[in-house]
Amino acid sequence: MDLREAFGLALEMLAANRVRSALTMLGVVIGVAAIILLVSLGEGATAYITRELTGLGTNLLIITPGKTQTSGGFHPPVAGTVRKLTYEDAVALRRRASLLTDAVPVVLGTGKIRYQGVSRDTSVIGVTPEFQRVRNLYVEIGQFVSEEDVEGRRRVVVLGRTVKRELFGEENPLGQFVTLADSRYRVIGIMERKGVSLGFDIDDLVFIPVKSAQDLFDTDRLFEILASVRSPDEIDRAIQQVKDILMRRHGNREDFTLTSQGAILSAFTTILKILTAVLGGIAGISLLVGGIGIMNIMLVSVRERTREIGIRKAVGARRRDILGQFLLESVMLSCLGGGLGIIVGVGGAKGLSIFFTYLPTRVSLWAVLMAFGFSAAVGVFFGVYPARRAALLDPIQALRYE
Amino acid sequence: MIAAEEVWRTYRMGPNRVDALAGVTFQVAPGDFVAICGPSGSGKSTLMSILGCLDQPTAGRYVLEGVEVQSLDDDALAVLRNRRIGFVFQTFNLLPRMTALRNVELPMIYSGLPRQARLQQALDALAAVGLAGRLEHRPNELSGGEQQRVAIARALVNRPAIILADEPTGNLDSKAGEEILQVFHRLVEGGATIVMVTHNPRIAEQAQRVIQLTDGRIVSDARMAGIRKPGPARDPESISSSARP
Repeated sequence: MDLREAFGLALEMLAANRVRSALTMLGVVIGVAAIILLVSLGEGATAYITRELTGLGTNLLIITPGKTQTSGGFHPPVAGTVRKLTYEDAVALRRRASLLTDAVPVVLGTGKIRYQGVSRDTSVIGVTPEFQRVRNLYVEIGQFVSEEDVEGRRRVVVLGRTVKRELFGEENPLGQFVTLADSRYRVIGIMERKGVSLGFDIDDLVFIPVKSAQDLFDTDRLFEILASVRSPDEIDRAIQQVKDILMRRHGNREDFTLTSQGAILSAFTTILKILTAVLGGIAGISLLVGGIGIMNIMLVSVRERTREIGIRKAVGARRRDILGQFLLESVMLSCLGGGLGIIVGVGGAKGLSIFFTYLPTRVSLWAVLMAFGFSAAVGVFFGVYPARRAALLDPIQALRYE
Repeated sequence: MIAAEEVWRTYRMGPNRVDALAGVTFQVAPGDFVAICGPSGSGKSTLMSILGCLDQPTAGRYVLEGVEVQSLDDDALAVLRNRRIGFVFQTFNLLPRMTALRNVELPMIYSGLPRQARLQQALDALAAVGLAGRLEHRPNELSGGEQQRVAIARALVNRPAIILADEPTGNLDSKAGEEILQVFHRLVEGGATIVMVTHNPRIAEQAQRVIQLTDGRIVSDARMAGIRKPGPARDPESISSSARP
């Protein structure tokens, strides 16, 4: 039997039982659509995390006090640090670590900021001017913290967008004085809007010179040192260099932790990859159930068409002709279902990120191809048994079947 | 030329053995019109299945145009049915969703004939049974006699060595049955070989040769004398059977 004949026949048979074929296909449609949708969600989340993390500054190296064996994640502001990192450590790195372009000492604390009776609890970050470059976070109006501000321990503050809005509204805050833990600080700048990233509102921060922050919180310790490496290829060497310099300063003890942006990123993406695989696997199960539906309906079809099979055999259909005919029908069912599932899944993924902007999705070609390939395989796998049953029917009994 | 030689067909039913055919030997020459006659349970249908390569003998030989059928596998039997055998059944056995033309094309689809040749041969075969005007009708739009003629067209379309008809008039009224027999006579005159199974002696009389089967054995094998007489066969059984008015 030629291919055109076979396809025509299979289509004819599916069309003859329109409702039944549609319902059978529905199982595959749902399975394929679910795979594409869930994998797209996982991929979208991965892309989102990657974008956010690299958006915070590339080639970033984070040095935190204390030795922890685990990598990635954020440390609470007051970690159980045995040894401290100091401003001088940062200065030493800036001077001697040739592979670093910047080394920014960071002090982090929380405080109440007040302006004319309005107050707000906020995070206060003590930084140096290079912070802008390292974290890819720039001042928009006015000036950022300068070298002189740091050395002179000046009480100046740069406001994040949210803080500015809460305290000043539409008023121009430049040159105004705010109260930060009973000290008066002059507002010298307003940061550009960055929004929420990874659940953290970057606009809800205020920046002051690092030494002023040490005064404010009465500490000589740093929360962390942010360093940026000249080029991504040199990260490993830069880590070694930082280690050498700091260990010499710390009595040959490695009492600090180095985390690269890449390590954080890969920790996140590993989790998301597993999540995507699990979600895709669960969706795959529904496709499997759809396959069982196909087998079921094909078995019914073989029974109903027993006499037809007998007639075909009597006029000369070989086993493989009958096998091929029924297999083609089940594969056609699953592939049509797979095709529709792709439309529903891709449409759903696109629609989801349009209507729910906080749900980023990314439809990847491999997910679509995999889902379709899987559905075709389901058609073959679950079609073989019914088709074999049809092919092995005894023509004499099939002809007598009522 | 077909030849059956000491053909046995034994069925096992639990501990019992049933010999549906117990040593049948006969030959059919090309161009012959043979009726196989006998009461129900005599082994007619079993013999028909073996002659039609739907079944194989338990013992003995069946030779179809020089091919030893008893030694063939399933696919070889299918090819043989396709090329050398044409079936006509009591219940017509047309595919209900297909038009008359498509039904007649069916055997040629399996023999892999190109579309154009297939169509031409199907048209010729339908014309030969007088149904040139019924090409696009589905079986349920045709009378019983017409359906059976479509089945005959399907049977002869691959120019088989032998046309096997199993109670071809059993579901028809006597007029339609007579028409079918006329078609058979015409085909035999054109050189076809027909073996027809019937339990009805009046139908069997119309053949050139009648083989009587009882309990799986041939009890008589007679060539009919004289020329067949046309005209309605008055047969109460076939009148009472279900057929379109």
